[in-house]
Amino acid sequence: MTTAPANQPLLEIRNLRIEFPTRRGILVAVDDISLHIDPGEILGVVGESGAGKSLTGAAVIGLLEPPGRIADGQIILEGGRIDNLPYEEMRKIRGRRIGAIFQDPLTSLNPLYSVSRQLVETIQTHLPLSERQARARALELLQEVGIPGAEERIDHYPHQFSGGMRQRVVIALALCAEPRLIIADEPTTALDVSIQAQIISLLKRLCKDHQTAVMLVTHDMGVIAEAADRVAVMYSGRIAEVGPVQDVVRRAKHPYTHGLMGSIPHIGHAVAKLTQIEGSMPRLQEIPPGCPFNPRCPEADGRCRAERPELQWIENTEVACHRFDAPEARSQAGD
Amino acid sequence: MTEAAQVPTEAAGADLLLRAHDLKRYFDVSPPFLNRVIERLPRAIVKAVDGVSFDIGRGETFSLVGESGCGKSTVARLVVGLYQPTAGGITFDGIDVAGQTAAEARQNVQSRMQMIFQDPYASLNPRWRVANIVAEPIRARGLLPSNREVKARVGELLTQVGLSPADSEKYPHEFSGGQRQRISIARALAGSPDFLVCDEPTSALDVSVQAQILNLMKELQRQYHLTYLFISHDLAVVYHVSTTVGVMYLGRLVEWAPTQTLFNQPRHPYTRMLLDAIPDLEMTGRQRIPVAGEVPSPINPPSGCPFHPRCPHADDRCRAEMPTAHATGDSHVACHAVDDGRLS
Repeated sequence: MTTAPANQPLLEIRNLRIEFPTRRGILVAVDDISLHIDPGEILGVVGESGAGKSLTGAAVIGLLEPPGRIADGQIILEGGRIDNLPYEEMRKIRGRRIGAIFQDPLTSLNPLYSVSRQLVETIQTHLPLSERQARARALELLQEVGIPGAEERIDHYPHQFSGGMRQRVVIALALCAEPRLIIADEPTTALDVSIQAQIISLLKRLCKDHQTAVMLVTHDMGVIAEAADRVAVMYSGRIAEVGPVQDVVRRAKHPYTHGLMGSIPHIGHAVAKLTQIEGSMPRLQEIPPGCPFNPRCPEADGRCRAERPELQWIENTEVACHRFDAPEARSQAGD
Repeated sequence: MTEAAQVPTEAAGADLLLRAHDLKRYFDVSPPFLNRVIERLPRAIVKAVDGVSFDIGRGETFSLVGESGCGKSTVARLVVGLYQPTAGGITFDGIDVAGQTAAEARQNVQSRMQMIFQDPYASLNPRWRVANIVAEPIRARGLLPSNREVKARVGELLTQVGLSPADSEKYPHEFSGGQRQRISIARALAGSPDFLVCDEPTSALDVSVQAQILNLMKELQRQYHLTYLFISHDLAVVYHVSTTVGVMYLGRLVEWAPTQTLFNQPRHPYTRMLLDAIPDLEMTGRQRIPVAGEVPSPINPPSGCPFHPRCPHADDRCRAEMPTAHATGDSHVACHAVDDGRLS
């Protein structure tokens, strides 16, 4: 493993484009997005279903399902490109340098193997340890993720664990080889709120202790606010806004983020009516030209319907919205 | 919140629409007979709902919250008659609808209750056109004599929920999740009910769509003076829609109170824990102490108060004796610690 210079991001996504060729033409699910994650950082990726957030995560870990494909762009992990590696090379990176946690812990564990067998297998695949050493490490990991009575439970099968405990096992699996980056795709969506709180605080603690970076993909703004350092808001396969979590949550700049925040009910703020964004996110074959949000945006003008906005720095965040363009450019476009 | 006077739970009288009294529903989940004999396994009974009582006033929204497996959906199904209660009673507008002899009474009030389900993909028949889906309750009860009137009524219903009458010729797959939930609502309204049971109506939807549906439901409630029994696991949604909230844990109501009281002064340790567990957007970066432990198995619930293994205030009495609900202020709490004054 190469040691990255201090200022180099751990993961860099440059101009990523993911396409699905179909009989009726090519669908662009992720369109020219760029992101980076620093070592030890938790980057939240938030958006509604179909925004392309999970696909971005799948592309990083090399698990895009065909016919989906990376059509353009680069994914760079610690200075080396990983998007064009052959299958076997990528397999070595997966689990070793990038771990993964998925939504449903029951389907991401093999029901036929005991937890110890799955952990030992993963550890031995990536680290040169004997079976005895691997088992000791597996036990250590289970204790670290907070499974009570780990000594006995290590030989249990996934169905003998509750949902929250299973998700802890999945986290232990992701941590097996001490990866520098974990892709967590909706890790708490299938869990109850009290268990969700436990899993979030566990993830945060582990990241801090191991200096592991996390790409936290979720639709839940609350989870992001609780866990992430920075957040990228996705809409129709593009990034609408990206910045430090406080800035995005409290002072949303993009009209979509703003509407999204207003549509979440808050305890303690009794309102007669929630802010609502009219309509729904366009289907992939119907993404409008210009800014994809323009048909639902209360402030859209001629320029929004014609020209795609690029991310630009506004204070601490980057926003893709023509609202923040220089006034001259706006008046020209309005003519 | 609605400005309608909040009906205290005991207040019977003119405003009461639905009363559930000591409602119980047990499920037999025993292994098959041969296994029981050969392996000497005991019978296993899940007490999904174990003694739940509540009143819902007319025009109110009563919400049940709790984690998965607490029995909230079973209560919903008992209320609409999809399950028969093992014990206890339900009266709707003064009519007993749950007893052995209540089949006829149930028939009469059934058209006044409707249900909205969680998953709008599974609750609409994919082979039916929207027109037939929405018209089904009207046809089944023979509410309108001619097809022309049915068609006009369907168009009217679709307009009310924010779709267009032209959508009635389409099939469910042509709609997004939020639009499908609108169709479910239109179907529920078709028989002009005054009571709707909504079982997690927005949990399969994205937040921006959830806001649209919640706004629509509130608007319809105001317009038609509807009464809702609202089931949800999402406390923020519950806060937004309810007049009264009941918190369930392992088949029991542990606390119920008017919404503002429950959220401002939660009394039961479980309610406090739930409120503390919600990620709060306002307090970004706050440190919180997550509560340890999980919901125990309802097949083998703990002795005494079912919450005691997770409760920071539990003592010997909590481990031995099941607490009963007592009124404190305008909330009802089933907790020994609150009764003994150990917890304010």
